[in-house]
Amino acid sequence: MSLLEVRNLSKEFGGVHAIDDLSFTINPGTIHSIIGPNGAGKTTLFNLVTGVYTPTSGEVLFQDEPVTGKKPYQLAARGMSRTFQNLQICMNMSALDNVMVGRHLHLNSRLLPSLFRLPFIVRRDKEAREMCTDLMAMVGLESYRDWEADSMPYGALKRLEIARALASEPKLLLLDEPAAGLNDTESRELDAVIKKVAASGITVVLVEHDMKMVMEISDHILVLDYGRKLAEGTPAEVRKNPDVIAAYLGNVA
Amino acid sequence: MMRAFLTPRFAGMLALAVIIALLPALLQNNFQYDIAIRVAFNATVVIGLNLLIGYTGQISLGHAGFLGLGAYFSAITVTNFGWPPLVALIVAALIVGTLAFVVARPILRLKGHYLAMATLGLGIIIAIILNQESWLTGGPDGMSVAPFSIGGYELYTQKQWYWVAGAILLFATWLSLNIIDSPVGRALRAVHGSEVAAEVVGVDTTRFKVLVFVISAVFASVVGSLHAHYVMFLSPIDAGFFHSVELVIMVVLGGMASTFGAIVGAAILTSLPQVLTFLEDYEHMIFGLIMMLVMIFLPKGIVPSLQGLLKREAK
Repeated sequence: MSLLEVRNLSKEFGGVHAIDDLSFTINPGTIHSIIGPNGAGKTTLFNLVTGVYTPTSGEVLFQDEPVTGKKPYQLAARGMSRTFQNLQICMNMSALDNVMVGRHLHLNSRLLPSLFRLPFIVRRDKEAREMCTDLMAMVGLESYRDWEADSMPYGALKRLEIARALASEPKLLLLDEPAAGLNDTESRELDAVIKKVAASGITVVLVEHDMKMVMEISDHILVLDYGRKLAEGTPAEVRKNPDVIAAYLGNVA
Repeated sequence: MMRAFLTPRFAGMLALAVIIALLPALLQNNFQYDIAIRVAFNATVVIGLNLLIGYTGQISLGHAGFLGLGAYFSAITVTNFGWPPLVALIVAALIVGTLAFVVARPILRLKGHYLAMATLGLGIIIAIILNQESWLTGGPDGMSVAPFSIGGYELYTQKQWYWVAGAILLFATWLSLNIIDSPVGRALRAVHGSEVAAEVVGVDTTRFKVLVFVISAVFASVVGSLHAHYVMFLSPIDAGFFHSVELVIMVVLGGMASTFGAIVGAAILTSLPQVLTFLEDYEHMIFGLIMMLVMIFLPKGIVPSLQGLLKREAK
């Protein structure tokens, strides 16, 4: 059984084929990287898979069920969560509250219990707060727990997004350039976090430019170019693939 | 156990209750009671509107329309058809809530200026209907309203109304604080912070926008009903555009995303014009100047800006 399957997926933006007849599958329990030159369609692919965009044609299957055209919040309920290349943090909230938003699906969000602050709301919020504090520690943000999000540094916000995504207990976690803008030390710390996440049984899909990170942690790599699949395989296979070398280094011949 | 009582939410509620309880000692005449009652009524509406504007980040320039609908429904059913005022108030709130629910979905798809325009239009339509249907509403001349009575006991004096308005305000504050500190409140604030981030962790943003729009409309309707019985006279101006704008100014002045800010904003904007009457011709000028200075020096609104200053001092 595959966790995610993409079949003949295409997305056009006014005649530009951002994603062009792309098919691939992702097996559970792996770290899967998607790489490719700028403009290859990596982020578009993420937006299609998570329901932010609707595909022009093709299909997305999650746990063998078609989910094409479903809204992001419906996909989240099925166990898909993601982070963003350009940060999507609620700057009007504290760091901990941002992570707590990630617990939304596991808490009762009906109006009346919240309106009258029934005891179970208070109790379950307290449990969620403890769990989210632990998640912040896991991504290395324990010292930022009570900070306002708008006063946190960039690198910490990137990890805050991961903590928020983890709080929803996803089966599939899509990370869009988690290492972008981080220095070398921070990137290596992030490696460790992602490995820890994968070890806990969450399937990770990664869009990343940091080749050191990609080669180090991926089980499987998909290379995109102009919205098409250029190559696919283990890090060792991809590294040797002449098409990949040509796309990245230019065709010498 | 002590710590639970020292939370900001409990301290704030306690302070508000003490102020409401002690204020009558300072009120010397019916005129001052009248201002206090109007402050409490406006504050209650603004607390609801603040949930929509301040916390969820959706503008409405039509909320006086909901207030007017609640007011006229109570006025007409009680005065002309002899309904019990409490029943009329509840039915009005249900009807206004349903109307808000029906219009919310198409309206809240819009963002920014477009949402402002759509809610503005909604408010104006309501005001026009109240103006035109004079066989029912008395038209531009307004209509007189029967007093509020419950079980044969009539609410009549300013002092009685003061306690009713104070209790309603305290209750509304409690509800607002409850919502904000709950999964629903976090979802609302997340809609303001980043809609797409909220969606990808499972928040149905449309549902929460509709929900908060309905809540704020119901708050306005309930106050509208009470206000009609208190003043015992209604005119379409109460439902008009300028009143809607006034309510939004109260939210912004007191502080977006602050329940106590909403109360402060309502208190200042309601009482300041009365306080400044001794300036006669210069009243509006000074009033405008004060508002400008507040927004320049306390740009986040009075309460959040002062809280920020206090926090910085503490560090």
